Amino acid sequence: MLDAVGADAEADLFDIPPSVKFDGALGIDARSERAVRAEIGGLLGENDDLTEFLGRGQYDHYVPSLVDHIADRQEFLSSYTQYQPEVAQGFLQALFEFQSMLVELTGLAVANCSLYDAATALGETATLATRVRETSGSTVLVPDHLQAGKRGVLENYADGADLTIDSYPMDDGAVDVDALDAMADEETVLVYAESPTVRGVIEESLAEIGAIAGENDAMFCLGSDPVALAVLEVPADVGVDTVIGDAASLGLGTAYGMGLGMFATREAYLRQVPGRLVGASEDGSGRRVFTLTLQTREQHIRRERATSNICTNQAWVALRTAIHAASLGPGGLVELATDCITAATELAAEVDDISGLKAPVHDRHHFREFLVRTDQPAPAIADDLLDRGFAVHVVDDHLLGLCVTDTNADATDELVAALAEVAP
Amino acid sequence: MSDDQGGDKQQDTLQYDQARWSDGERYEPLLSEKTSREVDVETPLPEDLTRDSLELPELSEPELARHYTRLSQMNYGVESGPFPLGSCTMKYNPKFTEDLAARAEAAVHPDRPDETIQGTLGLYAQLSEYLGNIGGMDAVTLQPPAGAAGEYTGVLIAKAYHEHSGDDRSEIIIPDSAHGTNFASAALAGFDVVELPSGEDGRVDLDALEAAISDDTALLMLTNPNTLGLFEREIEAISELVHDAGGLLYYDGANLNALLGQARPGDMGFDIMHYNVHKTFATPHGGGGPGAGPVGVVEALEDFLPAPHVQETDGGYELYDPEHTIGKVHGFQGNWLVLIKACAYIARLGDEGLTDASAKAVLNANYLAEQTDYEVPFGPFHHEFVASAGEQDAADVAKRMLDYGVHPPTTKWPEIVPEALMTEPTEIENRRTLDQLAAAFNAVADEDDETLEHAPERTSARRIDQVSAARNPLLSWQALDEE
Repeated sequence: MLDAVGADAEADLFDIPPSVKFDGALGIDARSERAVRAEIGGLLGENDDLTEFLGRGQYDHYVPSLVDHIADRQEFLSSYTQYQPEVAQGFLQALFEFQSMLVELTGLAVANCSLYDAATALGETATLATRVRETSGSTVLVPDHLQAGKRGVLENYADGADLTIDSYPMDDGAVDVDALDAMADEETVLVYAESPTVRGVIEESLAEIGAIAGENDAMFCLGSDPVALAVLEVPADVGVDTVIGDAASLGLGTAYGMGLGMFATREAYLRQVPGRLVGASEDGSGRRVFTLTLQTREQHIRRERATSNICTNQAWVALRTAIHAASLGPGGLVELATDCITAATELAAEVDDISGLKAPVHDRHHFREFLVRTDQPAPAIADDLLDRGFAVHVVDDHLLGLCVTDTNADATDELVAALAEVAP
Repeated sequence: MSDDQGGDKQQDTLQYDQARWSDGERYEPLLSEKTSREVDVETPLPEDLTRDSLELPELSEPELARHYTRLSQMNYGVESGPFPLGSCTMKYNPKFTEDLAARAEAAVHPDRPDETIQGTLGLYAQLSEYLGNIGGMDAVTLQPPAGAAGEYTGVLIAKAYHEHSGDDRSEIIIPDSAHGTNFASAALAGFDVVELPSGEDGRVDLDALEAAISDDTALLMLTNPNTLGLFEREIEAISELVHDAGGLLYYDGANLNALLGQARPGDMGFDIMHYNVHKTFATPHGGGGPGAGPVGVVEALEDFLPAPHVQETDGGYELYDPEHTIGKVHGFQGNWLVLIKACAYIARLGDEGLTDASAKAVLNANYLAEQTDYEVPFGPFHHEFVASAGEQDAADVAKRMLDYGVHPPTTKWPEIVPEALMTEPTEIENRRTLDQLAAAFNAVADEDDETLEHAPERTSARRIDQVSAARNPLLSWQALDEE
């Protein structure tokens, strides 16, 4: 091959000035496959084996084996973005089906085929709100107990778009509608609320929040989750313009924060949507096919005037989520969601019976997670629980957060017993 | 490499018949067109807080397995055949890295206390160090979830750095041949973009750069080798110009596969860079993602990295918020499972393997360019080359190549080459496959326009009408039902 290209050595092919040439000594020793597996597996094994009662934006559900086996087929896993749709019908169809599931869950006409995570989806929604005709202003209103990661990401997106973020107060864990009404004005461009919230509270005033947003020409964005949406009010029916959230609770579960940004919105905003969209079309044989569409919104065509800078997205996670949702079917999904309500209610009641603890802190309906008020300092209780093999959230000096799903529900008795030892 | 086995024999083109499941009207029916069910929603919640019903597909596991298997058969991956998609670095994805990422210990919750996830934090530190060595950078964050997110992170770091210095700079300079994400990332952070025209040799024109630089220049974003595969020979002069004007230099890591062990952005004067681990470090592209876009910086910028960052303590690791942190670019810590795979790949290859990967990637690109009948106007190129389809339409050429079992190159970009075929075979192909690839290129080069316009013929779907898809967007099965 060197002869064919007229070179004596591979090194001759590099057109790099000697002054910036590197000698190749990166300081990384090559290891066998077996050694790397042992080493990295061993390193990961140094993580403590704990039963997690953790949520606050990342949730764990049992993922059926079917998901791994199908999603790991190389035709899916090792394929590229579908720029040649004629050889990529399979992935395109799976993404189209994913979009359709989100349309059913949200009641909104348009869902994209993924953003990175809930936090970046919220950031993208803030910039979307500045681009659409229906809204005006430059202030984003968010709940005062917004999860720190979401708040941090939103601040960066807001800064780049010259937006200001204001927090509105919560009333016993749900939106203080009167306070929000007083804060919202013509400067408000986006109102963000969650259901369930980061504290697990199911919001009861979505229609009122939507009305406040509407009266002030602001977009109403709801943060939610695909499992919760299987049973909660249809967002589009209560005035929601955009739904965001992390959909990886289906298909992936906890993965040290790796997620799947869910994004659905009204048809009116279609041409301003961030991220990739799969649409139906026809091929030369007259059959229905799928293809990436409305690409003129995207960075590779529109560059600095694109609706977002996103290119690589979370398509493979979306595939996993779609397979998981399809495995559950409508009945299984509703049952899973119902269990998230029941299990949280039951665990809160058991925790509330323990001396020194009150749960749930908010007198509201909960989904998966809830807060616990502690007489003893919460960090000390959490440390004692770690010693007993449980991880829980410390939310404040005297507040713990507990999250229960199908993957830790069988350990609630032990958790309750441990809390009874360490909390009083 | 199998230099010998393919050496003497003239390679014939392969023909490819992709699987096609069809009932005549459509290909594999949608899940919703098989079996759907509407279920009543009954929960312990008050009825006014819940929806009435939910309608979704309902299929048995065997039916689902068959559905998705058929869909996979109508999808082309790296193991299906050659995938020389320029600028995308479609390498083989080693299987053992998948096994590591699938371990239960990999999937800890991101809010666990530091002392309970020492393995995760140790691996984070290890990968950061590897990437720092490879790029010649002093500190590396793993938080950005993709290349574009890495660019955005780098732009935010530059912004914070200048603001911290009391220096209000509003412009970012980007060559016209750069990836579209560069422009979009700069705009997302609120900067004005100054586009730099390429010189006649396809590289940065120093005079044009000098004219573009001003007191407002926050950053110059460069890809090196650039999208034509050309090394920016004047990189040291470029660096001096930018730095003398008080600006910073950003390295877009999309083309890093050309340089592993051969040259390091940090040694060329770059202050900030991102790594596309799904390109250079062989993590799968997953049909569009997830990737990961770690960002490396020089020491002066370490305090601006996203929060939290990992540091070593006595006998362990902890997370901390850098003093002047830009804050968050992902809700948690990025695409962790992808990062595990990248770390395993780097450890498997080591110095020699990484250096050899770039050497082979460059040799393969040069060999393929030599074998193809299409003209390659610029050189000397490295890991990729941009051929011109000449009188043919590059998009049609791409469609026809599909019939020969080849995923085509990136087409019609960069625009500096007419009817561009941007080709990156990567180091994974042997001579036999490169000869097959060349045979496919050359077969298409000899074909007439009518053949090209009717291609592809042997793929699952025939040529797809993109225009009507955009004119009448049908984005869900609900929308199809309303048609």
